[in-house]
Amino acid sequence: MKRTLVGVGIAAAALTTLSACADDPAESGDLTVKASDSSCEVSATELEAGPQTFKVTNNGSKVTEFYVYAEGDRIMGEVENIGPGLSRDLVVDLAKGTYEGACKPGMIGDGIRQTITVTGEAAKPLSDSEELKAAAASYERYVESQTAALIEKTEEFVDAVKAGKVDEAKKLFPIARTYWERIEPVAEIFGDLDPITDGREPDAIAEGVDFTGWHRIEKQLWVENNTEGMDKYADQLLDNVKEVVKLSKEQPLTALQLAQGSKGLLDEVATGKITGEEDEFSHTDLWDFKANIEGSQAAIAALRPVLEKQDPDLVKQLDTEFAALDKELNQYQDPTTGDWKFYDELSKDQIKKLSDAVAALSEPISKVASVVAASA
Amino acid sequence: MHEEDSVETGVSRRKLLGAAGLAALTAGGVAAYSTADRDDPTEAASAQPDPLALPVAFEGEHQAGIVTPAQDRMYFVALDVTTDDRDELIGLLKDWTDAARRMTQGNDVGELGAVGGPPLSPPEDTGEALGLPPSNLTLTIGFGRSLFVNTDGKTRFGLDGQLPDRLIEMPSFSGDRLRPEISDGDIAIQACANDPQVAVHAVRNLVRIAFGRASVKYSQMGFGRTSSTSTAQVTPRNLLGFKDGTANIKAEETSTVDEFVWVADGDGPDWLVGGSYLVARKIDMRIETWDRESLEGQEVIIGRAKGSGGPLSGGDEFDEIDFSAQNEDGEPAIAEKSHVRLAHPDFNDGAQILRRGYNFVDGSNGLGQLSAGLFFIAYQRDPESQFVRIQRSLAGSTNDLLNEYIVHIGSGLWACPPGVGPDGYWGDTLFA
Repeated sequence: MKRTLVGVGIAAAALTTLSACADDPAESGDLTVKASDSSCEVSATELEAGPQTFKVTNNGSKVTEFYVYAEGDRIMGEVENIGPGLSRDLVVDLAKGTYEGACKPGMIGDGIRQTITVTGEAAKPLSDSEELKAAAASYERYVESQTAALIEKTEEFVDAVKAGKVDEAKKLFPIARTYWERIEPVAEIFGDLDPITDGREPDAIAEGVDFTGWHRIEKQLWVENNTEGMDKYADQLLDNVKEVVKLSKEQPLTALQLAQGSKGLLDEVATGKITGEEDEFSHTDLWDFKANIEGSQAAIAALRPVLEKQDPDLVKQLDTEFAALDKELNQYQDPTTGDWKFYDELSKDQIKKLSDAVAALSEPISKVASVVAASA
Repeated sequence: MHEEDSVETGVSRRKLLGAAGLAALTAGGVAAYSTADRDDPTEAASAQPDPLALPVAFEGEHQAGIVTPAQDRMYFVALDVTTDDRDELIGLLKDWTDAARRMTQGNDVGELGAVGGPPLSPPEDTGEALGLPPSNLTLTIGFGRSLFVNTDGKTRFGLDGQLPDRLIEMPSFSGDRLRPEISDGDIAIQACANDPQVAVHAVRNLVRIAFGRASVKYSQMGFGRTSSTSTAQVTPRNLLGFKDGTANIKAEETSTVDEFVWVADGDGPDWLVGGSYLVARKIDMRIETWDRESLEGQEVIIGRAKGSGGPLSGGDEFDEIDFSAQNEDGEPAIAEKSHVRLAHPDFNDGAQILRRGYNFVDGSNGLGQLSAGLFFIAYQRDPESQFVRIQRSLAGSTNDLLNEYIVHIGSGLWACPPGVGPDGYWGDTLFA
């Protein structure tokens, strides 16, 4: 269940993160966040409106993340991948309103949350077109955070493959893919890169091209249980991932593409994940499933101020259906390890319930693009 | 002026297209689709339109699709309600009724329909029925036992005291090979039309409306009505090649219909008065072995002549069956275990049912055999004393000779509420 915030105005949500960089020197007056495996202490929770620096220190044993959310889990800023013993800074400009700070030890779940109340100047109301730009900018921040982690995790995966570490590679495969699947609509607009990175074997055969990318290596790992001949595919995968990331920065999505992407991610789930087709060798489909849903939710969160203004009933319906789907899906995740059940461990009845929940969400999601377009 | 209104609002796209094709109707406009015209085949014929293309009234004392002359095609769907919220269920029934009201009259679903909406929004109507006439489409809804009580016996949706005693748990019959995944369901909707695309369009759109509130459990397409429900219809043949439903209850036999089809005052809870009970059975036929049976053998099993449909006791299709008649060997002319004898009211305490089944072919079974049979549908006032009574006579390897060639693989029983009024919705008497 996503938590909801009380009393957040629409206008409170529209300012931008300045930067999120580990090298920024911490100034006096900075906020500290002490993160452990079971706690998340923010040094002050009553703040004045304006730019804030959160200095996040991970005292726990698990890799953690820190998020600042506005209503509906709209990401105002985040830092990912903070290893044990490390510190990173998050700078975020907050207008008057209520927010939540969340540490996510192990990088899973809704995180350990604290309410942050900001007083002072309210954000200035935006015009429709400014609001759409703000939505696109907000999603760009999300993509930025995901692409950084995507490259890091893909590098780890590729290293493991090239070192012949089969078990480690198998463990990293679904985790690295999580970051890919969250931002898949971004990859899909670069037509040529998606098939060679995330293509499936029958399509490669049909088109008479070499079978490459994630699923080529997946097949070797799970079917042959080795990494023989995978070096070139591993190198190529990393190159392609980096290329997608580079292009995504040059060509950020528009708000409308974002709306269409939120639907596209659910379509991915309905056609690929719910059928167990995508990860046919590893059966790690639920990792992808969850990532697609998170990506879709991030897109909707970025669009939230626009949607709130144009069609508040739709927002309510989306919140309800996202929560219902989360509830249905999250029961298959091990809360300690973060691992998901394998697709072939699910019963038909369980798959049907997931499918119902996806369908229930897909109907309202399919209306978002039209609402966004009407706002333009 | 209805027609012009439709043009301006774009609301009645299909009716408009339909009306354009039916030039002879211009004088009466939309009103020419009235019940009176449809009920009089001579008058309808003189007005030119194909009676099989016209709309059937949605509103009425009883739901359409029961005594309505059986259309040629069926698409049947069983759904489970996925919400626990009574108001959401009522909302679904209202949304469905609105869509059913529109579709049965040949209109698109929704105010904006298939092509009138904003370009970036998915259309309200899926569109495959654009330009097709209403095709006698009827949509008939029924509520299963599982809508009232869950598997632990707990009441659902606040429907305390509303579960009719007659909505029984179907007993098992000898020889049944029922598959749970194609049996039962909280709600059943029977869509019948003379154009399969119109029937599929209706179910597809109702299912779409239900996402998040109800989910399809199974669905079945049927073709070639296997029963006539009106004296105006000729008796069709089932996939065994025999005329089926010769002795069926016909709409014109109003006292028989009242006695055996419509739920009456005092039969059970008031909400169901004017409704009926729907039994569906998916019956797989071992077509290939049947086809190897001699003509004489086939006729003995059924008890009727394959060509004329006349009983083996003599005479033509509609002649009385003489169960005491003997053949030249001194054996009963209608065999003791023949289908027609065991199913006949004379051997079932007078029980009759209104049959409305359809043939089905679900492709082949991978061994080169057809996956085919009969999707049996029957309407009645009391399942226990009607369908169950008759099926007890038939079921089992020592009873109906036909059992060697058929096997029941799906089953369901639903209580169909009475018809709706102009402002009503499906089930309004139950949820009032």
